[in-house]
Amino acid sequence: MTGLLRYLFFAILVRAVVLVLLGVNLRHRERLPDRGPAILAPNHNSHLDTLVLISLLPLRLLPRIRPAAALDYFLRNRLLAWFALNIIGIIPVSRKPDKKGAHPLEGCVKALERGDILIFFPEGSRGEPERRAGLKSGIAHLAEHYPEVPVIPVFMHGLGKSLPKGEALLVPFFCDIFVGEPLHWSGERSGFMARLEAAIADLEGEGNFPSWH
Amino acid sequence: MREWAVKPQVMLAIGGVFLLLLLASFIVYLLGRRNPGKDYGELRQRVKSWWIMIILFSLGLLLSRKLSLVFFAFISFLALKEYLSLIPTRRADRRVLFWAYLTIPVQFYWIALGWYGMFIIFIPVYVFLFLPMRMVMIGETRDFLHAVGALHWGLMTTVFSLSHLSFLLVLPEANNPQAGGAGLVLFLVFLTEFNDVAQYVWGKLLGRHKIIPKVSPNKTWEGFLGGIATSMIAAYGLAPWLTPLSLEHSLAVGAILPAAGFIGDVVISAVKRDIGVKDSGSLLPGHGGILDRIDSLTYTAPLFFHFIRYFYY
Repeated sequence: MTGLLRYLFFAILVRAVVLVLLGVNLRHRERLPDRGPAILAPNHNSHLDTLVLISLLPLRLLPRIRPAAALDYFLRNRLLAWFALNIIGIIPVSRKPDKKGAHPLEGCVKALERGDILIFFPEGSRGEPERRAGLKSGIAHLAEHYPEVPVIPVFMHGLGKSLPKGEALLVPFFCDIFVGEPLHWSGERSGFMARLEAAIADLEGEGNFPSWH
Repeated sequence: MREWAVKPQVMLAIGGVFLLLLLASFIVYLLGRRNPGKDYGELRQRVKSWWIMIILFSLGLLLSRKLSLVFFAFISFLALKEYLSLIPTRRADRRVLFWAYLTIPVQFYWIALGWYGMFIIFIPVYVFLFLPMRMVMIGETRDFLHAVGALHWGLMTTVFSLSHLSFLLVLPEANNPQAGGAGLVLFLVFLTEFNDVAQYVWGKLLGRHKIIPKVSPNKTWEGFLGGIATSMIAAYGLAPWLTPLSLEHSLAVGAILPAAGFIGDVVISAVKRDIGVKDSGSLLPGHGGILDRIDSLTYTAPLFFHFIRYFYY
């Protein structure tokens, strides 16, 4: 039942908002994964990031797409938790050390094991809209665990203008989404993180974005 | 709203446009077969986008008047959104931009009412006075003049100017009994776009002398004058079918529209050059963005509207 709700939510509501209200300029669509397991690694500006990314992948993949999201934020009340877990389909990630000693990314590891497509924001949080933040190395942990899973860097611009942190009013702007070549684990954490960061920066360099301050 | 009935002349004219489109597709097909080595990908995409645009435009124009207004309002929305995504904006102005978007349904509501007085002053007067006030209330003064000027120019171009096209639809049918408002819209849009193509083709065939190389290096006097001559012939042939224009007036309009369309085109080119982009967007493969397609219309629509309103309504 919630699977059907999730399907309708993404097939109708999200697509209408993304295609009609916002409008997407997608570059290198062919680099998007057509099956799992895979990790999408975009920069993070807005709550819309996840919704727009999911709507770019074919609907048949929807049951496989799982965004990783902060447990303390999205599970803070029952209604939001129901929506986040069942409709958006998040994998909750704890940002604080777990009492039971479980690894915070255990849910993500399991998802990749199942062959899911994981959306994982390496910046950790939305931060300042339209400003890239430093990457956290959790994603390297996943890549190391599953060296055969491709990590696909993505650069997104514009959604932070439409709906930045702390705002509830959506203002339409076209958003640009540039997909990079898949990366693989290279055997060393800091080298991998540097390559991912450089890949996202290179994608940003492909565009010509007006200033927004 | 008065009742809506599509006049046979309008159907015929749309049929003619589709014939032209078939011809264009056939020529592209022949070119591809004659020179298999050459890449006609962009030309092919361009024609394909024309098919989609003209099918949508025909549906938007023919099904009902309400739908026509919604269709044109949506084009204004796309154009304004593309413009606001292209230019530098201030974070503080997010809410002001939201108000700017709201002017679109309001402006088209005046049109649906047929309230000319409000339609013609709403954006140039009321919105012009309101938006700076809204910006002042937010209180960010850095780049204020730039922000308020760029926003109003965008609204005048993408909403006010373009909406003249829609007001043609609500002018009294009796003054143009054979084709009505839809005939006027078709005449204006066809001539504007046909002239864009004609200027391009004449420029490719004969172009030597550049007009304004600093803004638009591909524009030549040969293309410009060839476009005017072609458009005058087309206007002369089409006006008796679709408009109440007399012979002299149809020739005058046939000369005014290509000149105005040219100016609209290079004005948007100057904006793109200022920003540092080649195309305004990527909505229409082979054409660029929506502003790249409607640039000429932002000049031809108000000029044609006031010409015909002054002499015939």
